[in-house]
Amino acid sequence: MNGRPLDFGAFSFRLVMGLLGLAAVTLLIMPTLVVVIVSFTNSFSLRFPPPGYSLRWYAALGDAWQLQFAAWNSFTVALWTTVLAIILGVAASLGIARSPKWTAKVLDSVFMSPLVLPALAYGLAALMLFSLVGWSISPVTLIIGHTVVCVPYVIRTTVAALAQLDTVLLESSASLGASRFYTFRRITLPLIRPGILAGAFIAFMSSFDNVPVSLFLRDARTDMLPIRMWQDLEGKLDVTIAAVSGAMIALTIVALVVMERLTGLSRRIR
Amino acid sequence: MSSATHPPVTQYDLKLALPLAGLFALFFIAPLVLLIIVSFYTDTSMTRFGLDQYARFLLDPFSLGVLGSTLWLGVKVTALCFILGFPLAWIYVRAPRWAQGILMLVVVLPLLTSVVVRTFSWIVILGRQGIINNTLLGLGLIDAPLRLLYTEGGVVWALAQVQMPLMVLPLITALSRIEPNLEDASAALGAGAWRTFFRVTLPLSLPGIIAGCLLTFAASITAFITQSLVGGGRMLFMPMYLYQQSSTLNNWPFAAAISVIFLIAVLGAVTLFNFLGRLARGTAEA
Repeated sequence: MNGRPLDFGAFSFRLVMGLLGLAAVTLLIMPTLVVVIVSFTNSFSLRFPPPGYSLRWYAALGDAWQLQFAAWNSFTVALWTTVLAIILGVAASLGIARSPKWTAKVLDSVFMSPLVLPALAYGLAALMLFSLVGWSISPVTLIIGHTVVCVPYVIRTTVAALAQLDTVLLESSASLGASRFYTFRRITLPLIRPGILAGAFIAFMSSFDNVPVSLFLRDARTDMLPIRMWQDLEGKLDVTIAAVSGAMIALTIVALVVMERLTGLSRRIR
Repeated sequence: MSSATHPPVTQYDLKLALPLAGLFALFFIAPLVLLIIVSFYTDTSMTRFGLDQYARFLLDPFSLGVLGSTLWLGVKVTALCFILGFPLAWIYVRAPRWAQGILMLVVVLPLLTSVVVRTFSWIVILGRQGIINNTLLGLGLIDAPLRLLYTEGGVVWALAQVQMPLMVLPLITALSRIEPNLEDASAALGAGAWRTFFRVTLPLSLPGIIAGCLLTFAASITAFITQSLVGGGRMLFMPMYLYQQSSTLNNWPFAAAISVIFLIAVLGAVTLFNFLGRLARGTAEA
């Protein structure tokens, strides 16, 4: 387009953008790479680069029963939270997505508000409520707390999927004599399923990773993985944590690639 | 087509939202109301009402300092995320399809990786035997390891990495909506690359910038794990202050007051960003 052989403005602009973008990519990738490399160390320290490589810390995970116990708790709570978030969240999304009523808009803002409010303040508030009404801390209180902070993810992606749904399809289904439920089951649900799945996946991950709510709503019987790891890190710098992290990163990458194929995840979380 | 009793087939009954509305009324709204009530108790045994807890916070230079440094931390992280995140989003929008796939993975993976894992990696990077110290020692630039962990700079960089996806994703959405012809037109009319960027690209992506800044800011001031692990005991931010008062000292009224003040600060920031967002959308559409 530009006839001039050397455009200093364009050159310097591209250079600056390129360098800053490269810095951003490095910043995003480096920590993950460093953890994965360090998790294969053969030494007792977190020295980087490691003096030698081995699988000993992954093998040590087999005996780390505290971490296994916490991981199992986190997994069960995240699973229940996701199931509840899907049932309640999808129903609520259907109710509010196309409704012209002002109450639908209010409900939408209320349902989304756990995303911006400091979760630690909510955790404390929930603990106060449970102790006021005399419910002792249990997996049930934990799942309730997690559901409140994780359901917004399901609602966000489901409402977005419903908004993109072509209403002509629903109208033609109805005009061909299909009942509302049949139309829902055969037309609406298959079309919004990727949106629901994407939201459910993010809800699961954020429940599994939740610290601020779990911090107040768990006890010794419901030790949670991120909290166990956090407390281990506060105390001593244990290399076992590097192996746990490496395993978690591997699982996350696999889940991410699968969900990207199934649901086009990255388009849905923007 | 729509009768008086049934909404049109394209709509669903708002009653479907009732179960979740019930859950939120009982376990979200009620706890927050209770939190506000508890914050007005004057003593830890919760017998008398008064404004003592708020006075204790708002008249205490230490508490105000904690609030101030928390908000200032949020500003610094947001600025760093923007300076690095905007070029990344700009490159993403112009990249070929295969590169977009890789870049998206790079952006989304940290978002889904456990925060404890991401923070842990910064402990490895910034530690005395970490990658930065070993590189600098190896190059002979320093004689002894620098103290990078437990410094505010360390917290800012770690948080910037942890929260960067929240900035980049809305920016990508905003930048990909800009009509490419507008930038071409600007160039054809003789504006240089920098001028086109500051006069066309940046103003048109303002809604995305504001959305990204809001998410990054809110997430970084509440990032309990990263703040406490990378910051260590020397730096105190609002989330840890709240946690110490409630769990270690069992002072629920004061912890509740800290929570309410923190909530108000966050809501204030959200309102400000939303207001700016409305202004920006007006400008972007005009």
